[in-house]
Amino acid sequence: MDIFTYILMGFLVVCAISVTFSKKLLNSILIFMSYSLVMSVIWMLLESPDLAITEAAVGAGVTSVLFFVTLKKINAMMGEDGNDEKKG
Amino acid sequence: MKRKDNAFFRWFFGETDTMLGRVEMRPQQEYTETASDIREVMQDSLTQDQTGDEEDFVLIRVFHRLYRVAAVFFCVALIAVLLINVSWLPKNGGADNPVNNEVSARYIESGLQETGAVNIVTGMILDYRAFDTFGESNVLFIATVTVLILLRLDKEKKAPAKKGMPVYQRPKDELTIAQAQSRDRIYEPKNNVILQVVAGFLVPILFIFGIYVILNGHLSPGGGFSGGAIIGAGLILYLNAFGFEKTERFFTEKTYKWVSFFSLTFYCLAKSYSFFTGANHLESGIPLGTPGAILSSGLILPLNICVGLVVACTMYAFYALFRKGGF
Repeated sequence: MDIFTYILMGFLVVCAISVTFSKKLLNSILIFMSYSLVMSVIWMLLESPDLAITEAAVGAGVTSVLFFVTLKKINAMMGEDGNDEKKG
Repeated sequence: MKRKDNAFFRWFFGETDTMLGRVEMRPQQEYTETASDIREVMQDSLTQDQTGDEEDFVLIRVFHRLYRVAAVFFCVALIAVLLINVSWLPKNGGADNPVNNEVSARYIESGLQETGAVNIVTGMILDYRAFDTFGESNVLFIATVTVLILLRLDKEKKAPAKKGMPVYQRPKDELTIAQAQSRDRIYEPKNNVILQVVAGFLVPILFIFGIYVILNGHLSPGGGFSGGAIIGAGLILYLNAFGFEKTERFFTEKTYKWVSFFSLTFYCLAKSYSFFTGANHLESGIPLGTPGAILSSGLILPLNICVGLVVACTMYAFYALFRKGGF
């Protein structure tokens, strides 16, 4: 179980660094989402299920959705073409 | 000549283009230089002639180099300070940590008898420290109000600016709520069947799970905040699948107003009496009941329901305000 925890911790560090270094904002949000998910598993291992439920619902769910809506509002979610998403 | 019947050789010798008509192609627009473009370029080179390039100034070059060195130095120093601080923290789970004082001992030993909650965490945050939780619920409400001030759109268009009006008095060029509604649908899938079927399965399960988490807050992990967040996520999924027309049948601005008002007022009345009696913890008068039953532990269950309602409304209101500027 210790090894599993260390793997998750390493994943957290990698996520935290790659959030800042990824060029696209959309990728940053997805990485941030996975960070929250791993964090909730770690809360579970630390025997605090209360926090795990809240982290999964708020960190991975609602916060990311709000980020997505904001990206849409500032038109940062466009593909390279810029017209692709308007057709759909 | 026989070779040229093959499609590959026809392509190889340049007679046909096999990709023609299959790949979407767009002719490149011809670049035309307008007079204003030329003037702009000339203006740029003129300014550059007058001021010189950045490389000509020794001080600016030195500053830029120093800036980078200082940035790296600051980052490394900050990381070092934080790591040194972490190394001074007591070992996790040690017996003589400062956390293990009489407060936590009291919570663990007599929490069940005094609050009646099997889940010690809920007993702590909604009984011993209920006033902190009241502040947190109010913070959520204030955050919604702030987002409302920043992102809310008007129902009708404002009067156009008159000539000669000072800049700060001119109405901002904002969308009305009808325009936002029509613009809202540009990127969203309209009546997506996959999303609607999945939401039809998931939303009731999410609601029931959220209600379960709230009602069992004093028995099992979870509580008002987690359950409220789950219900809020279900509301957001429902809104995404079926649009604003469906959600406005049961959740409008008025609903949000009254639900938040009643929850916060009930919480305030139920818990702030101890504030007026010298912050002594007074008995609520409700019998604690048998630990483990749903109807037990006095005021914790109603307070959990209040917090859950406030959190669910806040999540939905955030999403609706971010997306459309109203709900």
